[in-house]
Amino acid sequence: MSIGALLSATDLGMIRGERILFRNVSLAAHAGDAIVLRGANGAGKTTLLRILAGLTRPETGKVDRSAPHHWIAHREGLKPHETPFTHLGLWARAWGTSAGQIDAVLDKMALIRPSGVSARHLSAGQRRRTALGRLLLQERPIWLLDEPLTALDADGRELLLGMISEHRMRGGAIIAAIHGDAGFDSTCEVMI
Amino acid sequence: MSAAPIISAFRQALTEAWAGGAGALMPLGFFAGAAVLVPLGIGTDPNTLRAVGPGILWVALALASLVTLERIFQADVEDGALDLWLQTGAPASMIAAAKAFAHWLTAGLPLAILSPVFAVMFQAKADTSLLTHMGLYALGGLAFFFWGGVGAALSATVRRGGLLISLIALPLYVPTAIFGALAMSGGPGSTGAPLFLAASTLFALAVAPFAMGAALRLAAD
Repeated sequence: MSIGALLSATDLGMIRGERILFRNVSLAAHAGDAIVLRGANGAGKTTLLRILAGLTRPETGKVDRSAPHHWIAHREGLKPHETPFTHLGLWARAWGTSAGQIDAVLDKMALIRPSGVSARHLSAGQRRRTALGRLLLQERPIWLLDEPLTALDADGRELLLGMISEHRMRGGAIIAAIHGDAGFDSTCEVMI
Repeated sequence: MSAAPIISAFRQALTEAWAGGAGALMPLGFFAGAAVLVPLGIGTDPNTLRAVGPGILWVALALASLVTLERIFQADVEDGALDLWLQTGAPASMIAAAKAFAHWLTAGLPLAILSPVFAVMFQAKADTSLLTHMGLYALGGLAFFFWGGVGAALSATVRRGGLLISLIALPLYVPTAIFGALAMSGGPGSTGAPLFLAASTLFALAVAPFAMGAALRLAAD
């Protein structure tokens, strides 16, 4: 494990079915880093993120996390009956943080108007903003983001990129799978 | 470790059940259907009905518990909530137990509470045995829902896993079904049966959460 890294992974390898998905992937995220995972569709970016999050066990190698992390994935974790307000309230309680900040988070994510609409009636972008709101509920140094820009409009992208740079300035690190350039200044890119 | 994630998982499962996610009223419909149709099917002789009533309700309870189990973990896999629960730092087994318990509260306990109403369909006499049976249905139902939860967790990533849940859960139902029916018969050899029923429920409560937790970790892997 490299010294002072928030998250480091060494020699990760993964097999899916009969195929080697990737191997010898190593990375270390320090305070302020933004690591972008690049690779074609099906190269294993999501699997790598799941390994970094501790959800999937790697075939080889190991992951060391020295700080808590946030997880934003393609599947947002919203229940069809949940509203942005109840979703954020539920996770604030589950994580033991103050629920008093939810209005501020909804405001920041521009979700005040649909805050009482159940997720089955929300647009894809609004669902994504709700999920991203979880990032603001609790300060956690590591953000693991899988295609976080999906479904966001121009304002949403700008908002998220702003959140990411604030997070990095506070000493956080992000590891994200991102397609295209998207005006994203990364400190390093990992090809898989 | 704090209990906050476990309580939140319980609350989410409760609200989800009432919001129609797991269809809390479906097992009740199934249970009521059995109670209404069986007397029509086997005739109106009060003595026959009285003899078979508790046993039929017991079987109906076991089968009704399987009706909505398919969704309790599968929905979490599909919408990504399972990934979030597994990253709360709380043991997966406790999250799973909270969800199975919430499911029993919304779908299983109502069946037990309404069982005296259905018992009347079987010409049961209105006496205190109805209350005893209510307690036995509640106790046995808890074991059914926890064992069923193991099947549900194991088949969480299988589309239309209903049949698989039945195949996994039904053998685990056997001890509870035997002791429950024996306890309700009140016949010879039934004196210790309620205690054996309670023991089988306790065993389910102690073992099933770990099986569910391991299965959910596998489902996320």
